[in-house]
Amino acid sequence: MALGVALALATGLVYVSFNASSEAREPSELQDAIPGKSYELTGKVVHGSIERTENGVDFKVSDRDGGGSIPVSYEGVIPDPFRDGREIVLQGSVSETGGFMGDTDTLVTKCPSKFSEKKYQ
Amino acid sequence: MLICVVAIEYAFLTDDFSLSVVANHSSIETPNFYKFTATWSSQEGSLLLWAALLSVVASASLRFTRHKMRDVVPWATAVMMGLAVFFTGLMIFGGGVNPFALVAEVPADGAGLNPLLQHPSMIIHPPMLYTGYVSLTVPFAFAIGALITRRVDAAWAKSTRGFALIAWIFLSIGIILGSRWSYTELGWGGYWAWDPVENASVMPWLILTAYIHSIMVQEKRGMLKVWNVSLIVTSFSLALLGTFLVRSGVLQSIHAFGDSTVGPYFLALIAIVIVGSAWLIISRLPLLRSEKRIDSLASRESIFLVNNLLLVALCVVVFWGTFFPLISELITGTRSTLAAPWFDRYTTPLAVMLVLFTGVGPLLAWRRLSWEGAKRVFALPLAVAAVALAVLLVFTDASDSFWALAVFTLASFTVAALAQDTWRGAAARRASAGGSIAGSIAAVAVRNRRRYGGYIVHLGLVVLLVGVAASSSFETKVDAKLKPAETTTVNGYDVTYVEPTVARDDQALIFGAVLQVDHDGQRLETLYPTRRYHLNTGTTRSIRGYFEGEATSEVGLKAGLFSDFWVALEPDTGLVQKRARVADQRFAAYMRQKVLPAIQRDPSQAGALTKQLIKVQDLATDEIIQEYVDPVNATPVTFRIIVSPMVTWIWIGALIAILGAAFAVWPSGGSRRKKVS
Repeated sequence: MALGVALALATGLVYVSFNASSEAREPSELQDAIPGKSYELTGKVVHGSIERTENGVDFKVSDRDGGGSIPVSYEGVIPDPFRDGREIVLQGSVSETGGFMGDTDTLVTKCPSKFSEKKYQ
Repeated sequence: MLICVVAIEYAFLTDDFSLSVVANHSSIETPNFYKFTATWSSQEGSLLLWAALLSVVASASLRFTRHKMRDVVPWATAVMMGLAVFFTGLMIFGGGVNPFALVAEVPADGAGLNPLLQHPSMIIHPPMLYTGYVSLTVPFAFAIGALITRRVDAAWAKSTRGFALIAWIFLSIGIILGSRWSYTELGWGGYWAWDPVENASVMPWLILTAYIHSIMVQEKRGMLKVWNVSLIVTSFSLALLGTFLVRSGVLQSIHAFGDSTVGPYFLALIAIVIVGSAWLIISRLPLLRSEKRIDSLASRESIFLVNNLLLVALCVVVFWGTFFPLISELITGTRSTLAAPWFDRYTTPLAVMLVLFTGVGPLLAWRRLSWEGAKRVFALPLAVAAVALAVLLVFTDASDSFWALAVFTLASFTVAALAQDTWRGAAARRASAGGSIAGSIAAVAVRNRRRYGGYIVHLGLVVLLVGVAASSSFETKVDAKLKPAETTTVNGYDVTYVEPTVARDDQALIFGAVLQVDHDGQRLETLYPTRRYHLNTGTTRSIRGYFEGEATSEVGLKAGLFSDFWVALEPDTGLVQKRARVADQRFAAYMRQKVLPAIQRDPSQAGALTKQLIKVQDLATDEIIQEYVDPVNATPVTFRIIVSPMVTWIWIGALIAILGAAFAVWPSGGSRRKKVS
């Protein structure tokens, strides 16, 4: 009995998580994105693309290997480590015009626990 | 091991940059205090710390069990030493993680410690977590030893209970310091974000909490034996996984194992631990059969079982969410992630039920509760909860959030239940021994440290969860753009941006604001939030370099028992940056035309000239940053203002819980006497 309940709960968990999740995409993989669907954008902030706006920031994100690029518009809190060239993760959706609209307060700048790149070998 | 740690610390403190670990994580300008702690900001350093702590804990466990379980101890020792060998071997042969590795060319100065990590809680946070993880090794090792020798009574759990509790205490301290750091340092105003690394620390904690409860059932009733060994194995595996996750970058970056050289070794260790333990448990299954069955649903053991299931369910949810990117990639080929709201949705109901059971558990007797007994123990707590619910509904807005209301009501039930039980214990003692009520409470508590320590922990956790419920449900968050002398109103607080401030120290430019906060027309506090822009040490020194390095927030915080006023700022540094660019260009031209030729003519002047140049650059920087405070410019600043109720309760609750656990684990007079004889 207990096993059955556990199994049912586990199935439920699997089901709801696949429904609630958003696909992680890099800019070049967003070409065929469905407008309005929620995605998780990952990639690098393009150098020199950051522009502060009234309540947030506009910038461009490229693939981690440098290819592809998508303009991003975001409002909300900007994490301390946010900077040119940093890897970011942002929830949001693609607009009709092909830009990425970030959801408020979902910008994460990566490497919060990997604080150092090695400079000296 | 300890000698190694001392040697590394010495190298850090004396700026010995020939050691790779020092060169990469410290610098001459890093304050001494942080030089000391920079040791464990690196992968090498943390592995060394793990190994050193393990050796300390292993020795301690042998000391405490030296007269007990003579057949199990050798095996447990073998397990612990096996792990020590793993960590030491990893450092020496693992490739790139030897803490004593040298750099080919000794740099004059190191890369410095990331400024984000230069915070008091960050200093004690990692060693606390590691101590917690490492203390888990002891019950794990003894469980394995007990399985191997087929001594599967409760003796192994009993003799290592202290270590389980100590592990719990340290894990709790580590987790709470981590969230405190996030609240005051990261500039986003939250204390928990369901980040993979946070989750990694909370998963073993959840399972360990379940374990601490369920070993009591095994001790008292001889049940749940398989469950207990499974829990401790799971908890330990999750602790290893935690160490691995934090260090490997599996979930942080999609370069799965590329970043870390130790990832595969760690995975291999985890696999060995899980497969080995599973094999041992399965092969010993007939021995592990329960001696008794649960008599009644209304008994303490069944409540413990429910509490266990809730904790494990919480852990499963967290585990699933944390590893969902990997799981979904395996199943569907696309990597999908789950965001914080998903975690909130499924953990909230489980946590609310836990609040209830922290109160119900202690009320019920072992084995079975009679109807009469139930009426006796439940009447008062239920009445209190009903009154609390009525008060909340009539006098507050708590009904806006169903879950918050549920937490508050159940919390009052639990607190009443704990208080009632303590009171009855004390009253009984007073009847037989006399004395004051306070004295009797102290006397019964000291006599039964485990039980009353547990009550204190429960009380602390309830306070903490009330804080979490209140602050997450009733928080007001506003982003306001203000010019000097402008005022905005947030949830009854009038916030006036008085004036900008700016300063420079050895490491950073500090842009700040003077904020006056009034509440109900009364002066509440003047806050000085700042944002520090750290000079980028990697490239040629320039004024622009301040805006290319790390930036950190020092938030302005007025914490109160019922409400926190929190503010961080995002200054507009555009003007200063523009001036800096011009100055840097002039500076570079001057370098090319005057300074470099001069150095070529007389190389011995290089040192003095560089020093002079740095001085000039600093003077220019000081001049330029004054633009920021010049009233003519009146640059607008974005403030993130958060008014959050009862956040302080989280820290207080955690403190109570940790003290309660310490009280429970403190050796009582009785056991001390036993040891002597």
